[in-house]
Amino acid sequence: MKWNSEKVVKPVFGGLAFASLVFLLGIILILFQQGLPIFRIVNLFEFIGGKAWYPTAEPAEFGILPLILGTLWITLGAMLFCIPVGIGSALFLHEIAGFRLRSILKPIIEILAGIPSIVYGFFGMVIIAPFLQNLLDIPIGQCALTASLILGVMAVPTVCSLAEDALNFVPKSFREASYALGANRWQTLTRVIIPAAGSGISTAIILGMSRVVGETMTVLMVAGGAAVIPKSYLDPVRPMTATIAAEMGEAVVGSPHYHALFAIGLVLFLITMAFNIIAEIISRNYRLKLGLGR
Amino acid sequence: MKKLFNLSILILAIASLLTAGEAVKIRMEGSTTVLPIAQLAAEEFMIANPDVTISVQGGGSGVGIASLIDKTCDIATSSRAMKDEEIKNAVAKGVNPVAHIVAMDGIAVILHPSNKIKNLTVEQIRKIYTGKISNWKEVGGEDKKIVVLSRDTASGTFEAFSKLALNDEKVRQDALMNASNQAIATTVEKTPGAIGYVGIGYISSKIKAVTVENVTCTKKNILTKTYPLSRPLFMYTNGKPKGVVKDFIDFILTEEGQELVETAGYIGLK
Repeated sequence: MKWNSEKVVKPVFGGLAFASLVFLLGIILILFQQGLPIFRIVNLFEFIGGKAWYPTAEPAEFGILPLILGTLWITLGAMLFCIPVGIGSALFLHEIAGFRLRSILKPIIEILAGIPSIVYGFFGMVIIAPFLQNLLDIPIGQCALTASLILGVMAVPTVCSLAEDALNFVPKSFREASYALGANRWQTLTRVIIPAAGSGISTAIILGMSRVVGETMTVLMVAGGAAVIPKSYLDPVRPMTATIAAEMGEAVVGSPHYHALFAIGLVLFLITMAFNIIAEIISRNYRLKLGLGR
Repeated sequence: MKKLFNLSILILAIASLLTAGEAVKIRMEGSTTVLPIAQLAAEEFMIANPDVTISVQGGGSGVGIASLIDKTCDIATSSRAMKDEEIKNAVAKGVNPVAHIVAMDGIAVILHPSNKIKNLTVEQIRKIYTGKISNWKEVGGEDKKIVVLSRDTASGTFEAFSKLALNDEKVRQDALMNASNQAIATTVEKTPGAIGYVGIGYISSKIKAVTVENVTCTKKNILTKTYPLSRPLFMYTNGKPKGVVKDFIDFILTEEGQELVETAGYIGLK
């Protein structure tokens, strides 16, 4: 019986593990197959660098520069918020908080990750946007700033828990050696622990960025949705994800508009893939540096 | 084995009972604007006539008309009249499209209640939406930036607004594109400088619908076509409708059918 289950279990689980690969290849295949036909109508430079997105006008224009910039602005703004908060809370949890405080705080931060994005979106649309609109006296509260703030909050759990893991990975001996040399707690933290966990922390930040770039429902609700090149953080923007979500349902299957939306998906996919590869490279180097191997 | 055989006989018997009588199928395709009406009407019609199945598909007015010309659908729903070129194509393929108006649709232009403006002309609306006017004082209001809200370019409401108010000119780039009528109504409600447009069903006391060319957006004014931003919704058939297709179209035009039109958020013809 034991012999039998060994024979069955191994290929079954192996097959399941490779299923992810099949899904990934399938998604890549479809993205390319459905996205590339748009380049029969516009060339790559007109697509990436074009300033006007009028997919249903006559003649249609497929310039996604405003959409790319919308995504980048929101990502940058969200990072400005979530890096200090995320890393700061990771340091606090790791260095200062005692066992009890940590056992309360950590689950709370993780609950943030479990809130559905549409709830964040609704909250932003009904409360944050009107609040900022009154506070800053701007014409419309749904803008890049609002989206950045909310996405920043959404990315905090990712950044915080990954950064805390990175800090935990630093071997105890590093800290002991530092104290033995007469360094105080602050010196140990800033000159030994953080540099040793540095690449792990960078990975946390990059994966947080990945999450922000791919977020859809929230930006659809709070970013405003104007496909215009943003001039300030108080302007409404239209990120790539929101464009796909809003327009895919109505685009005629097989039309240039449909293929253009897939091509946007392709661009997004390439961006997040680049982030993930960078994160992987950094974390690999970091593990080698600490002598942890693969 | 015998059990299995008996079971399959039973299933076959039930299946043939269900398909007994003539299994008639109506294929309907076209405008996403008309889709809610088509779906509601199809459901009710199928309850009353169990031997008829109706398939309803969206895709857009153009798609539906193209299918009618290719004879791959029986009824094309459309939020606009057929273009000359489409009629020419149809005739060339031996299809004789007949239009049936099944409902009316009206688009209200809405402002924040604090806005003092009560009336806008179609030209003013066009200039606001295409970017030639950006401040309320240019149309007689306070010195305040106009926040322009629009529906997504792929929606039926956008298509209608674009045709009726904008003459198919492009909407300004900094317009906020919203995914639903409700999103526009909510944002206008909270934004003093906003202008938006929604289906007539979304007018509420928290927002202000302006008169267009001094005509109020009411059911009556839309039915008589005095309200400028109104349009008929069509169903096209190949030749005069016969059999169940005729029954179906007649059903939509009955009082019961027109109630469904109202349920779907449009204006019945009676």
